[in-house]
Amino acid sequence: MEIIKTKNLSKLYKNNELEVLAVDGVSLSIRQGEFTAIVGPSGSGKTTLLNMIGGLDAISDGSVEIAGTNINSMNENELIDFRLKNIGFVFQAYNLIPVLTAKENVEFIMLLQGISPEERKKRSEELLTQVGLEDKFNVRPNQLSGGQQQRVAVARALASRPRFILADEPTANLDSQSTSKLLDIMAEMNKKENITFLFSTHDQRVIDKARRIVTIEDGKIISDEVR
Amino acid sequence: MMILKMAWRNIWRNKRRSIITISSIFCAVFFAVFARSFQIGVYDKMVSNMVGMYTGYLQIQQEGFWQEQSIDNSFVPDQSVRDLLDNHNNIDEYNTRLESFALTASENLTKGAIVMGVNFEKEDLLMDLSPKIRAGEFPNEISSSLLISEGLADYYELNIGDSLILLGQGFHGASANGIFPIQGIVKLPMPNLNDRLVFMPILAAQELFAAPERITSMVLQIDEPSKLNKIKTDLGGKLNRDTYDLLDWKQLLPELVQTIQADSAGGIIILGILYMIVTFGILGTLLMMTAERMYEFGILVSIGMRKGKLILTVVLESLMMGVLGVIFGVIGITPVRYYFYLNPIRLQAKAADSIEAFGFEPVIPASLDPQIAINHAAIVLLIVLLCTLYPIAVILKLKPIKAMRS
Repeated sequence: MEIIKTKNLSKLYKNNELEVLAVDGVSLSIRQGEFTAIVGPSGSGKTTLLNMIGGLDAISDGSVEIAGTNINSMNENELIDFRLKNIGFVFQAYNLIPVLTAKENVEFIMLLQGISPEERKKRSEELLTQVGLEDKFNVRPNQLSGGQQQRVAVARALASRPRFILADEPTANLDSQSTSKLLDIMAEMNKKENITFLFSTHDQRVIDKARRIVTIEDGKIISDEVR
Repeated sequence: MMILKMAWRNIWRNKRRSIITISSIFCAVFFAVFARSFQIGVYDKMVSNMVGMYTGYLQIQQEGFWQEQSIDNSFVPDQSVRDLLDNHNNIDEYNTRLESFALTASENLTKGAIVMGVNFEKEDLLMDLSPKIRAGEFPNEISSSLLISEGLADYYELNIGDSLILLGQGFHGASANGIFPIQGIVKLPMPNLNDRLVFMPILAAQELFAAPERITSMVLQIDEPSKLNKIKTDLGGKLNRDTYDLLDWKQLLPELVQTIQADSAGGIIILGILYMIVTFGILGTLLMMTAERMYEFGILVSIGMRKGKLILTVVLESLMMGVLGVIFGVIGITPVRYYFYLNPIRLQAKAADSIEAFGFEPVIPASLDPQIAINHAAIVLLIVLLCTLYPIAVILKLKPIKAMRS
């Protein structure tokens, strides 16, 4: 089943008289349960592609369908609600809410979904345990290491039971040990629970774990390799 | 609940800045209520002095008397008016007065004075005269003796048992002259009254002014000053307005009302400046907070938080700071107000003289009216809400990607 489908997706940035085509006619299909890495050098358009797939950035041309729904025509609030229900995000800089504890950060996304407090508590504890942070429920982000914060971010991304997770350079700020642990967790979730992951990365450790590698350069897909 | 928790914790992310903001709100409430309490306290004192000493809260007069205050516009009240006042639930008592002007004289001195024919027993209830008696006593109701103000007695150097000559004009041009013994001297708190007021029994006054049974006003003692408008409306509907005027203290003392309004406007301008300073303080905090948290706002919207909820969080944060400042301000100012209510500032020397020259008691008490604190708390919270328009506008225009790049 196709979860993500882009058709001739393009992004043109205009800055005064300077025009930059960051993504140039990308057509891509991601199926349920894939563990895909979009790779390429800095400035190749990886993050822009992910942002458009996630409905965070406007599309200049082409289309994005998520589970058969075209997101191009959605208004701002529809897009926010769509992201909340369908997409989990893991960002390079963790991006946890600093004033909430690890557990509250995971619960927060469920709160936005209107899930009951009991369900929120149960699921957030389960997810944090799954990512190996069972002893950090009540710790705030500034008391966690980078790797731990990113694991909380993964738990948060999973909390809303999304159709897929978009992870933009999730290991860029992590040391080897934390990267390895995070990748193991994500790979295990992908394997056991069939959760779809789409990464943008140029970290070889992530590339090694990926089962499909889409290489992008100058905004265009130059190779698409399934292992 | 989590939104509330987030808002509360966000306040303390930058403790120093939040404390400064809360302190500035505290100071605004404290000083605004402080200044306004004294201002309102002084006005209340002026009004209660004038109303309690002279006009009462409501008066019934012959139609046209107020425009032309001549004894020729005196009247004999109908029994129906007396019945109306006797049976009204909110009117405790009413005093009948015959009031006119006369030239007073003693030895080689003369001075213009207000001559007021009264029922001393009832007037004592309204004006609380007994404690103000400096010498002698109230004249008997059927006597022709006088109770004169201390200033007048001092002017003529008169004492109990001395006499004072009154020269005036009676009803319909009759001559009103007489020499009257002084039975009492009273010190009135209002200097302009204390210098020139002569009380006499109403029967004697009616005889002096050749106006038997006539009066110039019925001064109503109402049970609750705050019900004044309601009582006035009610009575106004029942009185024959072709024959009688019903005047409240604001109509009877227009100069006092104007003085209060002019002075109050000055006070409000000063408070406006204070609020402007506080507004910039709060706005500065919100500007910095918004700039610092653009990235975070971008993240929250990205992961699925609607902008409405984000705005709610920011408004809650600002309101919490506002409410904290207001609560501390009100708690801080309350004992101060209470102290100055019990121990009003008494002006001395030249300051006292200048106040007395305007005819007012040189005392500055604080008002305990809770409405003052409520009003200023509401103003401060409104300012806080207005200041949140800035982060609201920023959030409404926010593009998540742009915000996350900031």
